[in-house]
Amino acid sequence: MTQIETFYEVMRRQGITRRSFMKYCSLTASALGLGPAFVPKIAHAMETKPRTPVIWVNGLECTCCSESFIRGAHPLAKDVVLSMISLDYSHTLMASAGHAAEAALEDTIQKYKGNYILAVEGNPPLNEDGMFCIVGGKPFVKQLRHVAKDAKAIISWGACASYGCVQAAAPNPTRATPVHKVITDKPIIKVPGCPPIAEVMTGVITYMLTFDRLPELDRQGRPAMFYGQRIHDKCYRRPHFDAGQFVEAWDDDNARKGYCLYKMGCKGPTTYNACSTIRWNEGTSFPIQSGHGCIGCSEDGFWDQGGFYDRVTNLKAFGVEANADKVGMTAAGVVGGSIAVHAAVSALKRAQKKQEKAEG
Amino acid sequence: MTDLTPPHLRSFEASVLTGDATPEDLETLRKRSSVYVYESPVRLWHWVNALAITVLAVTGYLIGKPLPSMQISEATHQFVMGYIRFAHFAAGMILTVGFFGRIYWAFMGNSHARQMFILPITNRRWWYEVFYELRWYMFLVPEPKKYVGHNPLAHAAMFFFMTLGITFMMLTGWALYAEGAGQGSLPDTFMGWLLGLIGNSQILHMLHRFGMWSMVIFVLIHVYAAIREDIMSRQSTVSTMLSGHRTFKDDRPD
Repeated sequence: MTQIETFYEVMRRQGITRRSFMKYCSLTASALGLGPAFVPKIAHAMETKPRTPVIWVNGLECTCCSESFIRGAHPLAKDVVLSMISLDYSHTLMASAGHAAEAALEDTIQKYKGNYILAVEGNPPLNEDGMFCIVGGKPFVKQLRHVAKDAKAIISWGACASYGCVQAAAPNPTRATPVHKVITDKPIIKVPGCPPIAEVMTGVITYMLTFDRLPELDRQGRPAMFYGQRIHDKCYRRPHFDAGQFVEAWDDDNARKGYCLYKMGCKGPTTYNACSTIRWNEGTSFPIQSGHGCIGCSEDGFWDQGGFYDRVTNLKAFGVEANADKVGMTAAGVVGGSIAVHAAVSALKRAQKKQEKAEG
Repeated sequence: MTDLTPPHLRSFEASVLTGDATPEDLETLRKRSSVYVYESPVRLWHWVNALAITVLAVTGYLIGKPLPSMQISEATHQFVMGYIRFAHFAAGMILTVGFFGRIYWAFMGNSHARQMFILPITNRRWWYEVFYELRWYMFLVPEPKKYVGHNPLAHAAMFFFMTLGITFMMLTGWALYAEGAGQGSLPDTFMGWLLGLIGNSQILHMLHRFGMWSMVIFVLIHVYAAIREDIMSRQSTVSTMLSGHRTFKDDRPD
């Protein structure tokens, strides 16, 4: 096996100065929520560890994860991570095509057997033997199983790979299935979002390459450092929520004042992501800051939870267009009405009985 | 004054001499016609629980569908939604403590304190009585039977809406509270798994909302049935939850 370069060597080869490298290490440390003491540790790991190759495969998806990934807030972070990971095989970013590309993939699998990280963008459809998504002339599910077999760990990029996203929305005609339900024998880290935030993606990869292990995961298998809190918990409009000041209509004065979007169906209170802290596009903004509620894109089955502007979840369980409040209020109304009728009949019966008694 | 009272009723001198009782009254009075059913911890729990459920339902409704926006002062000094949520959480904690206290009393109290927690579904006679009581409510039988604790129909309602209903609301409620309390917190340690199981917090919110409506429906039926039974059945109902004594209105058998 050829001597594999260290991360640091790769970066230097890319023309990155030592000063920029140290900047990158401290940025990564703070992005991962680690203290300043970890900066030299990251630097040391980068200088001494051989780089870990990453294979990036694409199934049913829209490429928004790749688009997000190459727009990392800190341009250096993006460059570093892109040069660190082996892009021998990535539909969107690789230089080669056709047989050459497929051969390169096989090469990488053979060369780094059991040692590479598999990043999956999109998911495999299982209906019709997976024929709804063909990669290199074969169903994607076959490629996924093949590549996953010798992977050290798997990253599920985005809502597609993590939960299924729009192609898995009811009735899911192609039976698009999230990665963890197809590959069950490998450690899988979910990085949901449609797409995930670029810094979250680079942060997760850097953590795994630097520390050689998965970051701490929450109960749903997401990195706790980025998905540990809801958008709502860290939203800058939260004081308006606590005050009871809401946007009541899209064109009202409260919308101009920047009040809470809770009543406009903002999914911030039920969505775990880092949008309200890291934000998007080099920290420029995030949906709520631009006046639109969160649509909950990093949550399981977010396409099937009613409209993006519905406050109380639409009820799919009963298969009718009614929500919990409508059903509940109707039921309470029917019960209340029945009680009134029952009370009236009871009173009549009682009066009748009394009369009978008096007569008898 | 001639003494009209039969000899065996002379002991009720006070009632007779104050002109308070007729001879028929005294006939009733000499029979022991009350059973001590609900001990004081059960009664206390009932009313604390009722108050907590009222606060929870009202504030819970307003958390899902908030009041119209109000501009009392700067958002920093205004805490309308905050206080509503505080009331909800405080009432939820009281409900939880109360329910655990109630379970404790099921072990320590009299046999009636246990009735709510167990349905005698293997008892054929119990099923017969459930339908008998149902027929009484459908005006198909002229009068109900006598029961010391809950009548079989009320027993079933108590079990499903209170024992199971409160348990469901406590589980989902604490799972929702765990979201705000944060990972690693005590509520998260105990109840965080539920969100992991359900997947999407929106579904959890919706289930909790359905629970609220089932509670509202139960309260409607419960209050109506309690008042109706107090007037029309053969035993006391409303006052029983104040004094603990079930009094019976007649001396006839079933």
